[in-house]
Amino acid sequence: MDLKTLTYIVVGATFALYIGIAIWARAGTTSEFYAAGRGVHPVMNGMATAADWMSAASFISMAGLIAFMGYDASLFLMGWTGGYVLLAMLLAPYLRKFGKYTVPEFIGDRFYSQTARIVAVICLITASITYVIGQMKGVGVAFSRFLEVEQSTGLFIGTAVVFVYAVLGGMKGITYTQVAQYIVLILAYTVPAIFISMSLTGSFLPQIGLFSDHSASGMPLLAKLDQVVMDLGFKQYTADTTNTLNMFLYTLSLMIGTAGLPHVIMRFFTVPKVADARWSAGWALVFIAILYTTAPSVGAMARLNLMNTIQTGEIGSPEGNLSYEARPQWFKSWETTGLLKFEDKNGDGRIQYYNDANKDFAAKAEAWGWKGNEMVSVDRDIMVLANPEIAGLPNWVIALVAAGGLAAALSTAAGLLMAIASAVSHDLVKSVFNPNISEKGELLAARISMAVAIAIAAYLGLNPPGFAAQVVALAFGLAAASIFPAIMMGIFNKRMNSLGATVGMIAGLLITLIYIFWFKGWFFIPGTEMAKNSVDNWFLGISPEAFGAVGALVNFVVAYVVSKATKAPPAHIQDLVESVRIPRGAGAATGH
Amino acid sequence: MSENSSSGAAYWKANIRLVSICLVIWAFVSFGLGILFRPMLSGIKIGGSDLGFFMAQQGSIYVFLALIFFYAWRMNALDRQFDVHED
Repeated sequence: MDLKTLTYIVVGATFALYIGIAIWARAGTTSEFYAAGRGVHPVMNGMATAADWMSAASFISMAGLIAFMGYDASLFLMGWTGGYVLLAMLLAPYLRKFGKYTVPEFIGDRFYSQTARIVAVICLITASITYVIGQMKGVGVAFSRFLEVEQSTGLFIGTAVVFVYAVLGGMKGITYTQVAQYIVLILAYTVPAIFISMSLTGSFLPQIGLFSDHSASGMPLLAKLDQVVMDLGFKQYTADTTNTLNMFLYTLSLMIGTAGLPHVIMRFFTVPKVADARWSAGWALVFIAILYTTAPSVGAMARLNLMNTIQTGEIGSPEGNLSYEARPQWFKSWETTGLLKFEDKNGDGRIQYYNDANKDFAAKAEAWGWKGNEMVSVDRDIMVLANPEIAGLPNWVIALVAAGGLAAALSTAAGLLMAIASAVSHDLVKSVFNPNISEKGELLAARISMAVAIAIAAYLGLNPPGFAAQVVALAFGLAAASIFPAIMMGIFNKRMNSLGATVGMIAGLLITLIYIFWFKGWFFIPGTEMAKNSVDNWFLGISPEAFGAVGALVNFVVAYVVSKATKAPPAHIQDLVESVRIPRGAGAATGH
Repeated sequence: MSENSSSGAAYWKANIRLVSICLVIWAFVSFGLGILFRPMLSGIKIGGSDLGFFMAQQGSIYVFLALIFFYAWRMNALDRQFDVHED
């Protein structure tokens, strides 16, 4: 059976499964729609959280980033997992005890302020919409590469599937679909990695393979990789970072941002008990770690395979480089997408792939008759998608990777849309505009908000704003600088009052926004940046992406000082904090 | 809560202590071993690279996992010890 037919069958079967689950898990009440009736087993919730969290970026892009950044990319690995420790210990159990449906609802109630709640809604919607654009784009790309349909057609099919299970099932439908999506995506990620690890190192587990010996050379794999890349003038793969402060703060920002992202936090509202919320965060990280500990192996091994495919023999000898005519099939198929591009600069019909920005090496290369790096474009994203083809794996594995990429994008999109829809229907429609709305009315409002959110996401996916790539930093910055500190102080500082929290949130938000806009342009409009976005201009060498941690610190300090100077919160709020801190009574809080 | 607030305060103190210990370990393995102390510990070799590289790309994630499960287990025991557990 040819690859295309096989891919259609595998992707079609997974979509049929998602729709089937949606029909089985229809939501009949607002509790089911917002919090899956609070009946989700902690292991299941962990799996759904993992699928919710691991987006197209984790599945497709992360290993590619690691492949080209080496040690420096560790900040993504630690940052996107370490946040779960904060979530488990500082937020999740208490928010579950609080027993409401949305993050802004907690902030509004705890700080007895409709203003605080609306500020939180704005942060939530901005962070979630920016995120969802990337997912919709990912759906379109995966469809167009693997099913060879137009990007827009792919986007419509993906949108239609999400529409069915999100509008029909709400959180309940989304949760059970995400469990299925997790299984698809983790198989798609680990199966090729196991095959590749076996062939390069003889080790079945890629996690062990990364630190084992390279079978062909007998050297440790990482030492071999260091040698191969440095021989062609590239930076040593395992080299230490040159900007320790930035790596430190970038990692911290991703951790705090992860713990503060509303679509992740709200998953912990779905479990039956406070104790389950604690276990569930652990299970979520187990399922995330399976992918995140595999990713560095995929990155390193893909880089080694890529280098060895092109540099087939001795460096500098005319026969040492792959002849363009003899390039493998995967090379040709990725050339047609434009993500891989070759230009025969010296006209010898062979491919020279080296770092021509390295002056010493470029001088040597010139003596061999090389006229510059001829791999003019190697998109990082192809590392995961082309990996099974590079390793020569059977077609069913390639079809599985297509289904996995789609599962990763769809599950994250659904979780984000759920966060947006519940904020609109619960925090705006019910709380601000129409407090007397009936349960049926609110359920209808939630379904309509969901449908509108999906339509907007699809529109933005079709017409992505030019700044789409930049705004991911914005989403994490917002979550880190505003939402995380506000919730944490709400639980751990009984004395924190409305004014302190609100002013703190706004201060953290503003300083982070201004720092990002300063280097990336006001509202990302090109040409309006105040200084060139480079390390020489950054404050203490801190990149805009790493500034969320500083924003969070500002938020904490400002909130503390302001609340100290103003009067303590009313007694019933202090009682609320006391009750959130102890688990007993969480069951009763559900039936509000 | 109000009728036995001294036990409530002790529960909260025990909780803060547990969280603090866990977060010190959390920071030590990731920011410490994985980033700040890497140059100092580069003599410790692990499979073709050093301890810092291993901690940054694998080790810290395993410690995070162990920490969350340890915390959940200890906390659930504390809930019962201070009689604030559910059902």
